[in-house]
Amino acid sequence: MIAQRAGTTALRRVAAAPSSVFKLAPLAMQTRTFQTDKLTPAEASALLAQQRLKRPVSPHLEIYDPKQTWFGGSAWQRITGASFSGALYASAVAYLAAPLVGWHLESASLVAAAAALPVAVKGGLKFLVAWPFVFHAINGVRHLAFDLGIGFTRATIIKTGWYFWGASIVGGLYLAFFM
Amino acid sequence: MAALRSSSARIFAAASRPAFRPFVAARGMANLADGATQSQQASSEESPKLRTFQIYRWNPDTPTEKPRLQSYTLDLNKTGPMVLDALVRIKNELDPTLTFRRSCREGICGSCAMNINGTNTLACLCRIPTDTSADMKIYPLPHTYVVKDLVPDLTLFYKQYKSIKPYLQRDTPSPDGKEYRQSKADRKKLDGLYECILCACCSTSCPSYWWNSEEYLGPAILLQSYRWLADSRDERHAQRKDALNNSMSLYRCHTILNCTRTCPKGLNPGLAIANIKKELAFSS
Repeated sequence: MIAQRAGTTALRRVAAAPSSVFKLAPLAMQTRTFQTDKLTPAEASALLAQQRLKRPVSPHLEIYDPKQTWFGGSAWQRITGASFSGALYASAVAYLAAPLVGWHLESASLVAAAAALPVAVKGGLKFLVAWPFVFHAINGVRHLAFDLGIGFTRATIIKTGWYFWGASIVGGLYLAFFM
Repeated sequence: MAALRSSSARIFAAASRPAFRPFVAARGMANLADGATQSQQASSEESPKLRTFQIYRWNPDTPTEKPRLQSYTLDLNKTGPMVLDALVRIKNELDPTLTFRRSCREGICGSCAMNINGTNTLACLCRIPTDTSADMKIYPLPHTYVVKDLVPDLTLFYKQYKSIKPYLQRDTPSPDGKEYRQSKADRKKLDGLYECILCACCSTSCPSYWWNSEEYLGPAILLQSYRWLADSRDERHAQRKDALNNSMSLYRCHTILNCTRTCPKGLNPGLAIANIKKELAFSS
């Protein structure tokens, strides 16, 4: 099959050269070298089903524009929201279990532990919580605007997307280091 | 148009037209001989502008072979400006086995939808970027079953389109027995909706559609749904809304908005979906 195709390519290349066009004219009207099989409708649909089983799924997340897949506000809204609810459940369960297991999760001991940390570590830890909080809060407002049908032009989507990233980082840094 | 012109203008126009047109100027379809003369001229005038195209290949005749990227290098001086021109030239001159859909080459048929440099678009409307020399990467529409190379299987997409009954549904005859009239304002509501050519660029750009395509309709089909919901002549709005009012068909849209960013026709599926959500929330 491939050999035949290579043959036709070669023919085309030769045929393209103007001087040889006339010499090759009889060859150009060649008989078909492809063979087709006659199939009944049942056989054809069986063949189609067989082909469909083998079809690969085209690449998606890994090839799509990273600006849209990795910096999409919607995805991060879900990630930040889910991690906050997860953290809430985890801390609540830990607080319940603390007296049984012997952990010290009282406010006083947590404050004492945090006070002992250097400023950079303290700020860094706070930022890990502050940024998702600020992002989720302000991007949530953006989504409320979307629900009202506001801000849907292409330029607005791209611009406000970056604005909200910037604002959430600034807000997170403020909460982490200046509060 | 010709009839609108004054007769004197027509006479002048005819006089200014050359009676004999040189054969070379009547350039029809691109062909090899034409390309060869062009290449001779180009090589004497300017240095070749080489650009490599990395194209997704998979052949159903050898299904066990993994899909791969194959590189083709073209001289952009001899190639048309659009990505489709490059693909056609690769198929004509470098590799006749390269398979892709194309038809109108002017963005009205939607056949050549594919993922070019990370974004879904129509190859015929997408210019080969000239401000960079980076390789072009061309994949089929994301998260679709591949029939061959750049040809995706859109069976499900068309079935979903059929499922929303994309036609006028009425029970009452028109008052004059001739046509269903609508006001200019009502007609204006369809602008930005009826232009959709169902190329599937938006649906296959939507991560939500990637993961839930069995049940979620996807941006293109929802835009079409809204096209019929917004039509003042349609009388089945209640049934249409009912069909969408479940957790999967419509509400898998999380306003990711890749759809609006990718639409090669400049339409706004995201806004259409927001309008459906608003109608469902406020009217029923």
